[in-house]
Amino acid sequence: MTVLVLLDHEAGAIRQASRSAVTAALALGDVHALVTGDAAVAAAAARIPGIAQVLRATDAGSAHDLAEPLAALVASLAGEYSHIVAASGATAKNVLPRAAALLDVQPIPDVVSVVDAETFVRPIYAGSALATVRSSDAKKVLTVRASNFDPAPAEGGSAAVRDVTAPEAPAVSEFVSIERSKSERPELDSARVIVSGGRGMQNEENFKRLEPLADRLGAAIGASRAAVDAGFVPNDYQVGQTGKIVAPELYIAVGISGAIQHLAGMKDSKVIVAINKDPEAPIFQVADYGLVGDLFEVLPQLEAALDKAG
Amino acid sequence: MKVLVPVKRVIDFNIKPRVKADGTGVETAGVKMSMNPFDEIAVEEAVRLKEKGIATEIVAVSIGVQQAQDTLRTALAMGADRAILVLTDVAVEPLGVAKVLKALVAKESPDLVILGKQAIDDDMNATGQMLAGLLGWAQGTFASKVEIADGRAVVTREIDGGLETVSLALPAIVTADLRLNEPRYASLPNIMKARKKPMETVAPGDLGVDVTPRLTIVSVAEPPARKAGVKVESAADLVARLRNEAKVI
Ligand SMILES: Cc1cc2nc3c(=O)[nH]c(=O)nc-3n(C[C@H](O)[C@H](O)[C@H](O)COP(=O)(O)OP(=O)(O)OC[C@H]3O[C@@H](n4cnc5c(N)ncnc54)[C@H](O)[C@@H]3O)c2cc1C
Ligand SMILES: Nc1ncnc2c1ncn2[C@@H]1O[C@H](COP(=O)(O)O)[C@@H](O)[C@H]1O
Repeated sequence: MTVLVLLDHEAGAIRQASRSAVTAALALGDVHALVTGDAAVAAAAARIPGIAQVLRATDAGSAHDLAEPLAALVASLAGEYSHIVAASGATAKNVLPRAAALLDVQPIPDVVSVVDAETFVRPIYAGSALATVRSSDAKKVLTVRASNFDPAPAEGGSAAVRDVTAPEAPAVSEFVSIERSKSERPELDSARVIVSGGRGMQNEENFKRLEPLADRLGAAIGASRAAVDAGFVPNDYQVGQTGKIVAPELYIAVGISGAIQHLAGMKDSKVIVAINKDPEAPIFQVADYGLVGDLFEVLPQLEAALDKAG
Repeated sequence: MKVLVPVKRVIDFNIKPRVKADGTGVETAGVKMSMNPFDEIAVEEAVRLKEKGIATEIVAVSIGVQQAQDTLRTALAMGADRAILVLTDVAVEPLGVAKVLKALVAKESPDLVILGKQAIDDDMNATGQMLAGLLGWAQGTFASKVEIADGRAVVTREIDGGLETVSLALPAIVTADLRLNEPRYASLPNIMKARKKPMETVAPGDLGVDVTPRLTIVSVAEPPARKAGVKVESAADLVARLRNEAKVI
């Protein structure tokens, strides 16, 4: 069996989440990788150990990862593959279901464990249940939760690179613009430590009070939906059922109540810390360490304690 | 311009689902059901397009059991003009839903289909993309803003690194994200009016669609539970424990 893995890249590098997808794919068979982007990206993909061949999409539509040409490309390549795999994320979720429809396949999103070539475990109902499903489709199209698979190394391999192009089709969509939220911090889906703020942060100005703590811990910053909806931070900070799914070593929830939709995105973290002034907040039911108190008093104390501990 | 809005009946988002003891699924008997929250946002967007004079007719569709009528009535009360129930006892997967919707698109010829980005029961996040693929239409998924002008839909999308804007030729598919709008509550007079709005019932077979699932559910289990830990007294205590006990800093 040979598996096609769709790799996502950022700033010339293959994203760590995609390297986790490679690990999941290697459990199923030989692995070929499909990348969009320039030659440097293809070269980075070729260096991931375990990848036997890199397919590089070279046409314009795929440069912006537009769903229509990319899905058509994936479907046109699918013939020789038993499985098509990508890390769950905005690009894969946009493209793979469309490709699956073209192949008359029911996709299997957010796989957390591979039982065998046909059988996969995935969370449903915001992670309130884990469903084991068996696919009767001739090909399997799946996305995997990066946090459940160790990333393949970035270096060590030397796969051949081959160019591929999407089949001719009328361009029904056009890329207009992208507004990237800038951050010097680690990415949420690969950070070792995450500091997340909720409605309790009150406003955009106060939300910045999480930064000194995040700086000291080398942490990424996340947020609840309430904090994003209120405009404290951009949309891609959202952790939860409908945001990012994270599982860092340490997750610190500050002024977050712990709604099931939020827990769905972070309850697999190794250690959870909750800071909340309400001792009854549901977040304390999943927290390893709970600190009841006003976050505006606790945050400076934490910084001081960290500085003292050195 | 005609807008089609598929709406799904799901366990209310405020209710914590319970796994059935026999491991076959999640308990739905006697559980409060509501319209999928993302679909409320989709209906709201369609209604706003009508209020702006861009949409002329809104057709709500649900694929499911008889009680999905209630969900359709909610859509009608929010401002949809008529409803179609595709009646089936099968828990139809996104592929099947997309095929049913494709058949309805052939009958209704909408210019725009607005779906929710994700149903909060199966968490698939697939149906809109699949329908777009089957139709060969453009797709604007995870939309936080939609503007219709000059025969195109300009859609701002929530993606991993921020926001992306794409321009789609109509007819097109849009899937609604959380921040597209805030759905209205149906007023009592509108709920009364909705009772008189037309609702038609068809079967997947009438549309020539086979909705047999491709995925067999082997088992459904409770995820490993997380135990509540300890309450710490102070920030200094917390830092000490993270360092010495948990060894994560
Ligand atoms: C379809 C759907 C999808 C959703 N998806 C997501 C998702 O992906 N992610 C997500 O997060 N949510 C999601 N939600 C929303 C979710 O249900 C909750 O509404 C949201 O998580 C609440 O955010 P919060 O905890 O910040 O706010 P609140 O629930 O308002 O909690 C604020 C907390 O801050 C505490 N607080 C206030 N002031 C202070 C202070 N000075 N010091 C200390 N503590 C303080 C309060 O005690 C309270 O516990 C979704 C909802 C729906 C319907
Ligand atoms: N049975 C259904 N009836 C009507 N609409 C549905 C149904 N299933 C899915 N949808 C639509 O497709 C969207 C995405 O669902 P899903 O792909 O299952 O996460 C939902 O928000 C609905 O708009």
